[in-house]
Amino acid sequence: MKRLPVFLFLAAALFTLLPDQAAAQCKGFARRICKLDLENYIHDGNYHAAILTEGEEAELYKTFYAGQDYRIAVCGSELMADIEFRVMDIQRNVLYDNSEHDYISTWDFRLESSQQLMIWVRVPSPDQGYEPESGCVAILFGLSGR
Amino acid sequence: MIRRISKRSMAALALLLFLFLAIAGCTGNCSRQERERDFVIDLPEDSPEDLSKVRQVFYSLPSPVETAIILKTSGAVFDEDLLNPVENVSRYLTNRSMALNLGIYTTNLSYASLFDQAQICIDYMDAAKRLADNLGILDAVDRFTLERLEENISNREVVIDIVSETFMNSSSFLQESNREPVAAMLLAGGWLEGLYLALNLIDEDELEHHSMVNIIIDKKLSLEIVMLLLKQNSQNEDVAELMGEMGRIEDLYRKIEIERSPIEVDRSGEDGVTILRSSSSARIERDVFRDLKSTVNEIRNSIVS
Repeated sequence: MKRLPVFLFLAAALFTLLPDQAAAQCKGFARRICKLDLENYIHDGNYHAAILTEGEEAELYKTFYAGQDYRIAVCGSELMADIEFRVMDIQRNVLYDNSEHDYISTWDFRLESSQQLMIWVRVPSPDQGYEPESGCVAILFGLSGR
Repeated sequence: MIRRISKRSMAALALLLFLFLAIAGCTGNCSRQERERDFVIDLPEDSPEDLSKVRQVFYSLPSPVETAIILKTSGAVFDEDLLNPVENVSRYLTNRSMALNLGIYTTNLSYASLFDQAQICIDYMDAAKRLADNLGILDAVDRFTLERLEENISNREVVIDIVSETFMNSSSFLQESNREPVAAMLLAGGWLEGLYLALNLIDEDELEHHSMVNIIIDKKLSLEIVMLLLKQNSQNEDVAELMGEMGRIEDLYRKIEIERSPIEVDRSGEDGVTILRSSSSARIERDVFRDLKSTVNEIRNSIVS
């Protein structure tokens, strides 16, 4: 019986670590899987990843600079539905929509003048009768550095 | 009795081990699908059914690596005198000074790496490691990273990759351990250093024609994001104070007007690269440049001293 408090303490400590474990998985996912999609582009080092559930949306605001070649990589776990993303200007005009391109996970572009753009990401809702899945979704940016 | 307790302990340990393995999943040599399966998390039973209205918002600042690339492609030269000396590292004892200066040192490191400054890279990586360690950031720069840097110091691509990883490790660790205010200050420090370098690499007499002037003007766009990011964390006293200082820069940027035409999407670019065509016009007056430079230098020097 004397060991019971020790066991409970260990179990409590283990479950306290659960959120960190999920977060660490997200970081690992961004680094080990999503970063590969940047291929020859230089990862800018920024980290944007979160656990999203099917049906959820996220928005990311970023300034992109004139004359640079950029690649956006948006990826989520393969067991989740295809991740949908759109790139919009500040008036929310759609500049790119990956649902029109077979949900490809990357988009390469260059700007003639610097702009603040918004990347809208959505994990499509599951089919009726299916439980929504949750998983990591990461948005990474690469530059060609040319 | 001893044997019975030992059996129970073994059972308890086995249960803990099972739970840990179930949670930790595969960490070694797994297939791609097995690895991806790890990232699917079972929903708690009480999840809301209608999730379509749930939305997360992120603000992304130019990272130190992006800042350095933009400086270099705009014709910047390397000037070691502009860097925050590594000898200052022992002065930074508060979370605020450590976070801001980690951003500053990482920008200095990125800047040096793009100009192939081998020894400076090693020294600044070491300074960044000391600050990351003092901030409690685990493994931002480990022994393996330093060895890899030294072994590949003449390979610019690898060096930049290491700098990028280091920055990602630091900011992600802070975000994931619920230390967003510290992460925001780290990012703001890097942003401020990029502006400081750009302002001090241009001579006032070159304002009319220097290509780097556009970097200074375009910082107005990312300053909006800096302020939003800081506002998100303004319940923290250090962040609130930093917001006040950045507000002085924001006031000066209000004097710079940028006009832009709507964006036209051109998909005829080479190698599948889409070109977002638009034009912009902006001008920075000499007195505004002078005020901006002196304000940024004052704020930056108060952070590094």
